[in-house]
Amino acid sequence: MSTAAISETSVPRLPRGVRLKHDDARNEWLLLAPERILKADPIAAEILKRCTGEATLAAIVDDLAASFGADRARIDTDVRNLLAGLADKRMVEL
Amino acid sequence: MNAPVHVPVHVPRPVGLLAELTHRCPLGCPYCSNPLEMDARTSELDTQTWLRIFSEAAELGIIHIHLSGGEPASRRDLVEIVAHCAKVGLYTNLITSGIGLSEERVAELSRAGLDHVQLSIQDSEAESGDRIAGYEGAFARKREVARSVTAAGFPLTVNAVIHRANVSRAGAMVKLAIELGAKRVEVAHTQYYGWAKTNRAALLPPRAEAERAVAEVEALRAQYKGVIVIDHVIPDYHAHFPKACMGGWARRTLNVTPAGRVLPCHAAETIPGLEFWNVREHALADIWYTSPAFQAFRGTEWMLEPCRSCPRKEVDFGGCRCQAMALTGDARNADPVCHLSPYHDRVEAIVSEDTAAEAAPDYVYRRLQRTPAPVA
Ligand code: SF4
Repeated sequence: MSTAAISETSVPRLPRGVRLKHDDARNEWLLLAPERILKADPIAAEILKRCTGEATLAAIVDDLAASFGADRARIDTDVRNLLAGLADKRMVEL
Repeated sequence: MNAPVHVPVHVPRPVGLLAELTHRCPLGCPYCSNPLEMDARTSELDTQTWLRIFSEAAELGIIHIHLSGGEPASRRDLVEIVAHCAKVGLYTNLITSGIGLSEERVAELSRAGLDHVQLSIQDSEAESGDRIAGYEGAFARKREVARSVTAAGFPLTVNAVIHRANVSRAGAMVKLAIELGAKRVEVAHTQYYGWAKTNRAALLPPRAEAERAVAEVEALRAQYKGVIVIDHVIPDYHAHFPKACMGGWARRTLNVTPAGRVLPCHAAETIPGLEFWNVREHALADIWYTSPAFQAFRGTEWMLEPCRSCPRKEVDFGGCRCQAMALTGDARNADPVCHLSPYHDRVEAIVSEDTAAEAAPDYVYRRLQRTPAPVA
């Protein structure tokens, strides 16, 4: 999926069977699916924590921009890149 | 057993644990990878011991738990086990034949926090499927189980093992998986361990048929992109290089047998001279880091030529130790599937011998010996 194809109002969520987990043993965030483990860097983890099926893409970007005092356009790009890649792997639903 | 374990820095933490909760199973599939000598119900670990293992597994850094068997639904404490795994943060995958999973039980497993279900199918046609499973009505039952699993909201993977009796319907099985509502299908050509080895002459498909099946499934991968994810395990005996068996010996995963022996892979007991430790006597971390069987082929130091000086030695770790043992008599040899192995011709010889016969021999169905009065 292209990053532009994700609408501002889409509500990203992790499908059943996909879980974000903090791995205490290795001290890192992981995104888990059957037979699959992806490392989530701190930025990805902050994005995925907000993909609860409640917030829209726009709201998630606003929240991140406010929480980290970062440039909104830049965060928008990061979020879209991450979600488009994960949607292709069927690890995020939009 | 509670002494602190010295954690060697160079040994990675395991990521997966295959829990063979029981060897009991209503089906009798001749391709089963369980050993011929199976654990009786009376020797199975009790509930409390399993719960302890899963707590230790979580602490050790294990991420995925695969609840398997035999048929894991044959354990009456399955729901309790799943609930405990969920509580300690493990990702749980149920590997099942579907027999013994009523709709209520599926709902209970869902409430207990099970993450994923993997259901086996034997063929795309009922009659042949039931014959392979050695169980009348299995095919119809599996359809119902798939329905209740997807209705409960579980992501479903369908698993199909390919051999002589169904090799011409590999593509049809992918289509059946879609019809059953699976998001993922595993098409795996038979690996010849345990019962599958006993039945090798009945199971091994002629090379041309196996190749046709591989091509058919690969074509479907493109066609069904976005509909279903296809994981394809191509036939070992037809490959050029071996697979990195288990991702390397004692590098990623471990297996616990119904009676509590801990193995680096499910067939490891076919290698003579290895010392396996039991969870009844040792902590899981201790077994992972220091038990002799796990140390035996860890890393690359144990390798002989041609692996020892091969640039692929950290890629495939010399393939499968059990296959090297079975076909060359020494587990340290390169997996003879590798074309660089001096024993590679033995693989070729088996393929032509076992597939030469016009009619395949009858199956030896997997059966657990009857045991005296069950406990618990
Ligand atoms: S020689 Fe050994 S390490 Fe090299 S490709 Fe063959 S099996 Fe793998």
